[in-house]
Amino acid sequence: MALGKGDNVVMWDYKKILQYPINIKNPDPRLAKVIISQYGGPDGELAASLRYLSQKFGMPDQNAKAILNDIGTEELAHLEMVGTLVHQLTDNASINEIEKGGLSPYYTDHGVGVYPQSASGTPFTAAYIAVKGDPIADLQEDLAAEQKARATYEKLIDLCRDNADVVDVLKFLRQREVVHFQRFGEALRNVQDKLAQKKFYMNNNFIPSMNDTNNTINNMTANLNNDNMMNYNSNMADYNSNNCGCNNR
Amino acid sequence: MNNETCENNVEQRNCCCDNDCCDNNYDRDRKEMLMKIKEYDFALDELNLYLDTHPDDTQALCLHNNYARTLKDLETQYQKVYGPLNANYPCNKWRWLEEPWPWERGIM
Repeated sequence: MALGKGDNVVMWDYKKILQYPINIKNPDPRLAKVIISQYGGPDGELAASLRYLSQKFGMPDQNAKAILNDIGTEELAHLEMVGTLVHQLTDNASINEIEKGGLSPYYTDHGVGVYPQSASGTPFTAAYIAVKGDPIADLQEDLAAEQKARATYEKLIDLCRDNADVVDVLKFLRQREVVHFQRFGEALRNVQDKLAQKKFYMNNNFIPSMNDTNNTINNMTANLNNDNMMNYNSNMADYNSNNCGCNNR
Repeated sequence: MNNETCENNVEQRNCCCDNDCCDNNYDRDRKEMLMKIKEYDFALDELNLYLDTHPDDTQALCLHNNYARTLKDLETQYQKVYGPLNANYPCNKWRWLEEPWPWERGIM
């Protein structure tokens, strides 16, 4: 589903379309066995959406609240897409195909249903996510989460290389993770800038002095600044030249 | 509110019922309209995230507003004929539960 931009003021609105088309012509339980990890696994869409939607409550500024809320929402749509992949890969499969695909254990417990677990069979757990209630820690975790999701999609693309329908969807989902990483980096930089200002008070009544704040910023961002900032800048140049139809104004 | 409202009162109907809007191009037109809606919807998703971290980018904001207006028109046109895209669209028949749902092979 695309999560809605309806006229009515609602928290979540189910829009009856997929964000990207999914039409798997041939069943293939062997692929469903690994793709399920992006449904209920450690770096999957359920973990991502729950993480971001839970972390948003502890964010100090409106940019961070908005981006966590909205990326969390998009990840729910991706959860549906991954579930759709698993469903379409298994629902018409014969018992022989299920056995040959190595899906007998899963089939015993869940039939051709969609159950939130990792590829290795671990049921989904909130232990996959962290909510520290600290904006820097949480946003850093989100950057890592997006990279892990991207890496997982790359492994899935390799494993599913013989099925063009599936690879097409996985490539789209992978690309979205790259964009999310970009956005979280911007949100983190924003929060760090705010902390460096003189009169910024964090949620938990900790009031940093200017000296404390400068030392903290320097220590934390020593590693972050050079490599990641360059990535952000070059990605933004791509965005401006490729994705904007109003370029010539 | 009875079934006759759907069958007889064309003016009050907000989305066509059953096959009375079917012509030879029903499925093809539906697929084309949906593809356009999905394109605008995705562009808006992307602009949404971008504007969350760049709220002062007027170019992006302008794009967002244009696309949002176009999407609204497209959705209105679509829903009047093919039924609701979300559950709070008023329709004289409860077409919300019609297949295909997005996770089924089909055009959604």
